[in-house]
Amino acid sequence: MKSKTIILAAAVGLVAGAPLAAQAGPKEDLKAFREYFMKRFPGVPLDEFANGVYAIDAGMRSEWEQMEEFPPYELGLDVGKAEFYKKFKNGKSIADCFPNAEKGIKQNYPYWDPKRKEVVTLELAINECRKANGEKPYKWKTGKLAAVSAYIGYLSRGKRINVVVPENDPDALAWYERGKRFFYAKRGQLNFSCADCHVVNAGRRIRANLLSPALGHLTHFPVYRKKWEAKGTGPLAGFGTPHRRYGGCNKQVRAKPFKAQSVEYRSLEYFHTYMSNGLPVNAPGVRQ
Amino acid sequence: MASTIKMRATERNGVVVVKALMSHPMETGQRKDKKTGKKIPAHYITEVVGEHEGKRVMTAYWGPAISKNPYISFKFKGGKKGEKVRLSWKDNKGQSDSMEVAIR
Amino acid sequence: MTVARRTFLKGTLAVGAVGVAVGAGLLAPRRVLAAWPKSAFEAKSVQDALKAVVGTDLTEASGKVKVKAPDIAENGAVVPVTVTASIDGVDAMAIFVEKNPQPLTSSYELSPAALGFVSTRIKMGKTSDVIAVAKAGGKVYSARKEVKVTIGGCGG
Repeated sequence: MKSKTIILAAAVGLVAGAPLAAQAGPKEDLKAFREYFMKRFPGVPLDEFANGVYAIDAGMRSEWEQMEEFPPYELGLDVGKAEFYKKFKNGKSIADCFPNAEKGIKQNYPYWDPKRKEVVTLELAINECRKANGEKPYKWKTGKLAAVSAYIGYLSRGKRINVVVPENDPDALAWYERGKRFFYAKRGQLNFSCADCHVVNAGRRIRANLLSPALGHLTHFPVYRKKWEAKGTGPLAGFGTPHRRYGGCNKQVRAKPFKAQSVEYRSLEYFHTYMSNGLPVNAPGVRQ
Repeated sequence: MASTIKMRATERNGVVVVKALMSHPMETGQRKDKKTGKKIPAHYITEVVGEHEGKRVMTAYWGPAISKNPYISFKFKGGKKGEKVRLSWKDNKGQSDSMEVAIR
Repeated sequence: MTVARRTFLKGTLAVGAVGVAVGAGLLAPRRVLAAWPKSAFEAKSVQDALKAVVGTDLTEASGKVKVKAPDIAENGAVVPVTVTASIDGVDAMAIFVEKNPQPLTSSYELSPAALGFVSTRIKMGKTSDVIAVAKAGGKVYSARKEVKVTIGGCGG
């Protein structure tokens, strides 16, 4: 066991300089990812990347700060809080499934479950909690599910993202690598990859929109978007989970979106969140 | 039913700042229902009243150009911590809601 | 309006002239009846909306009225606007979007205890000046700020 570890470490050490070399693992990817963005946006403190475009554009930041005087998600967050503590028919509640929520737990999601051999996201865990207690699962991507996830995220504010890809677990690494490939693969009629917009062209405009850096992306999810609020009704309409946004982005490059909690999106979320390891949770976030 | 108003009133240096968020569609009456093609009837808050210890401080007259899930903030002098601030709204359909908080 | 004033000053209180003066808010107290200012909200020009809500479209551009709003709005449906009037005795304020079909978004009546301050979020149909007015001592002060509204792009 010990000798295997040493050999693995040596192999990694040999290619430490090359960012996307074949032998590079998650830790090396993370280091290269951070270095790239800190070089692209000098003067932006690392933690500030949690605030996306508002970290790199003063005008947009000013408008965001006006919204932050009383964030529009507050009424929806109260609904999420009520749902979190509301008793099921069997007397339990979502809170019972997440006993450490008040100490902050969002930073640990998504996580690798070695028994099930799959990645579990916070939204998946919330709905599995409901099913395990005889309740109907929420609809994915928005509404009460997003509000509960937003509340759990809110309780975790300031905690540093800590997604784990266990070493010596090839299955976990496979999910991470699948997510990484998704992120860098071109798709859709517009033939864009996530990286095309959010790595290569981060900070530039696509039509009238400023492209946010991928570093820090999932720290502020679920998001509360003005666009979604305008389309829907009620205090929850603005909320959206990562998979809601993934679907929207895929549609925008004219690619077929995947289903919420699909293997593809969970893999992507696993890689994507890992790339923000160390950054503070700042959820839910008000966005465009 | 849960309140449609979330409000905070904080006093500093003799000035009370009131901030409130309301849950309301603020429908302009110009949007068309995508399925029926008919205009969705106008439904918006027309009046918001702010009171301090029963005395009216501010009256806002709103039209449909105020955003959905509207926000308002106003300031007044002479309020002390613990005293009550009340915010009430009414809309063009005769619906209304009200909320009272203590100044912090 | 000018004719009505001259008539009044001459002491000839022709009924028609007084009626106009009252209608324009020059004689009547600001709030005879607490009512939603329908004609102000229906007015299609800033001038007409101003006359209906503060009694005049003659305003003094003033650096003491500050309009805080984004240079480029993220979303025209939710544009945060904060108006601060550093003037004593502000009893009324109003916010207009010049290029909206009906420019008046809102008007505010302030008690003597209230400061000349209001913050809200408004809908803008397109790039336009946001005009704020504050009435104090019978005079109307104003300021304007251009806010760009874009159609958006991939994310918007």
